[in-house]
Amino acid sequence: MANEPQPAPTATPRLQIRIDWTRALIHAILILGALASAAPFLYMIMTSFKTYGDIINNNFWPWPPIGNESLQLQNYPDAITNVGFDKAWQVPLVVRYFANSIIATVASVLGIILTSVFAAYALARMDLPGKNFIFILILATLMIPPDLTLVPKVVMMFNFGWYNAYPALVVPFLASVFSIFLLRQFFMQIPKDLFDAAFIDGAGHLRYLFAIVLPLSKPALVTTALLNFIWAWDSFKWPLLVTRDSNMRVVAVGLQQFMASEGGTRVQLLMAFASMVVVPVLVFYFITQKYFKEGVITTGIKG
Amino acid sequence: MSSQAVPVSIDATRPRFFSARRWRRIRDIGLGYFLLAPALTILIVFEFFPIFFGAFISTCDWKPAAAIGAETLLDRWTGPCVKFVGLDNYVRAFADEKMWQSLLVTATYALISLPIQLGLALFFAYLLFQNVRGKETFRVIFFLPYITSSVASAAVWSFLYNPDKGLINNILIGLGVMDPEKVWKWLGEPTGIFALMARGMGMTLPDWLGGPSLALLAVIFYTTWVFLGYDMTLFLAGLGNIPAELYDAAKVDGASGWKLFRHITFPLLSPTTFFILIITVIGIFKAFNHIYVMTQGGPGDATTTTSIYIFQQLYQFNRYGYSAALSFILFIVILGLTIAQNRMAGSRVVYD
Repeated sequence: MANEPQPAPTATPRLQIRIDWTRALIHAILILGALASAAPFLYMIMTSFKTYGDIINNNFWPWPPIGNESLQLQNYPDAITNVGFDKAWQVPLVVRYFANSIIATVASVLGIILTSVFAAYALARMDLPGKNFIFILILATLMIPPDLTLVPKVVMMFNFGWYNAYPALVVPFLASVFSIFLLRQFFMQIPKDLFDAAFIDGAGHLRYLFAIVLPLSKPALVTTALLNFIWAWDSFKWPLLVTRDSNMRVVAVGLQQFMASEGGTRVQLLMAFASMVVVPVLVFYFITQKYFKEGVITTGIKG
Repeated sequence: MSSQAVPVSIDATRPRFFSARRWRRIRDIGLGYFLLAPALTILIVFEFFPIFFGAFISTCDWKPAAAIGAETLLDRWTGPCVKFVGLDNYVRAFADEKMWQSLLVTATYALISLPIQLGLALFFAYLLFQNVRGKETFRVIFFLPYITSSVASAAVWSFLYNPDKGLINNILIGLGVMDPEKVWKWLGEPTGIFALMARGMGMTLPDWLGGPSLALLAVIFYTTWVFLGYDMTLFLAGLGNIPAELYDAAKVDGASGWKLFRHITFPLLSPTTFFILIITVIGIFKAFNHIYVMTQGGPGDATTTTSIYIFQQLYQFNRYGYSAALSFILFIVILGLTIAQNRMAGSRVVYD
């Protein structure tokens, strides 16, 4: 605010120039910051197209016009075949990792949306005995650090017979307090008059929820789905603990295991693998990014 | 739930002694609990129950169920508790030097991260708030690291930190800051940074003066990179909530630049700052993915935070009872910190 150009009639040309310098400095710093944020991704993609020789010789740009190497597109199929093969599905392990991640992510996001919409609506718009107590109980789970419940939950997976199977990757995540909270806030903003009008027309709660509330809540639903998608896709510690066979791994675990076993010697393949994990999410983010901002500001969630 | 043409229409299944209005109310209450049931069930089974079950496990010498061949249903839940040991696991934890070391690493991690992360985020948010051109584009780019898979970005950073082939050392050598013969080992360097500086000048420092390890510092830089855009977005929202009239009034009184920031922006931003502070501390106490990918807690135990330590005890050594006890101790520490933060903030945070 302090640096906004003031429409002062007495402003001399010299003052104008000084203000422009401040602007330029601000821009320079911001560009430097943006570069630092994006550089690791660019470097990852660049490295994924290099030969191993170029990497150990620190050849930053081996391609024309400086060098004469070609883009090593072969790194991608090489990465896929080098990670291993899943005999159960007769596909490369990388494909299986992605399938597992997609199955776990889609199932848990759909489940979260369903359970959260119902719970949020009941909490926002229904008059229930003990509702406040239930709401406090739900919010109280935010105080429980994930480490506290880690050991018992792993034991529970064994006891339910879910260890090393899909239910372990999905069922414990079918409720999300953040999503309930976010949707409840949104539902409460919908004017009560709308409900009263629907009620007089003879609609019950369910019909009101599906015919009026949900269509009005599209932005909130999209935000909830996107944030949960990002978190579910990122989950690593839990799948590492509750899966044993390599063909039950999700991409994050598969990537880490590949890195631990031979990432040091085949960096170009590791970077190709990492690019395959990151780039789809980046594209997805650029298309939908305005919803993320909303979600962060509304809930202040830190994954 | 059938919809009715008129609200007073009589539902055929309604018992006679309820009025239509009363019946509708009872049905709505039933529907309400029915809607809450799925989410509540999941939370009770996977959040509340595990606390009690975990407390039970922490008092046991616990063997995995498969190892003892449990038969009946009850066997599977209590059988693995091959020996009730009372508070032994806790006693052992308090005597465990590695646990204290892990708490120290976590605390160091938090204490260094907080000022760097919040300071940089506020700085960049303040710059962006000056209505610069391309504000949204900058915000979107700054936010990139937060939304990408932490395992993938940590894998990339491990390579950036590579002593011989990594981009970071290459840049430092290129700038002439680093001697190519004596490159920094970053994630592989357990020595404290002050000790390293002293060594560079040919001196030796006592251990307690060594400072945080370079490995931990490298992890902290990564964390800052991830959360900068996230914290910045929250700060930007907070800055937008400060009424413009206040600035106008202060400008009339002759305040400008730093004074405006010091006496208006900063105090009025304190609820946002406090909020980010709390979630950052919570985030650091549960930080796991990137540390495990980059260092697995090493070298030595230079980056073994308590969260990593609990995981190692469970995953590598199958010490169920012991890691359950450790997680309760960590919980008490986090709870204490949260309460302390709230007390401290009470007098300093300005709510308008």
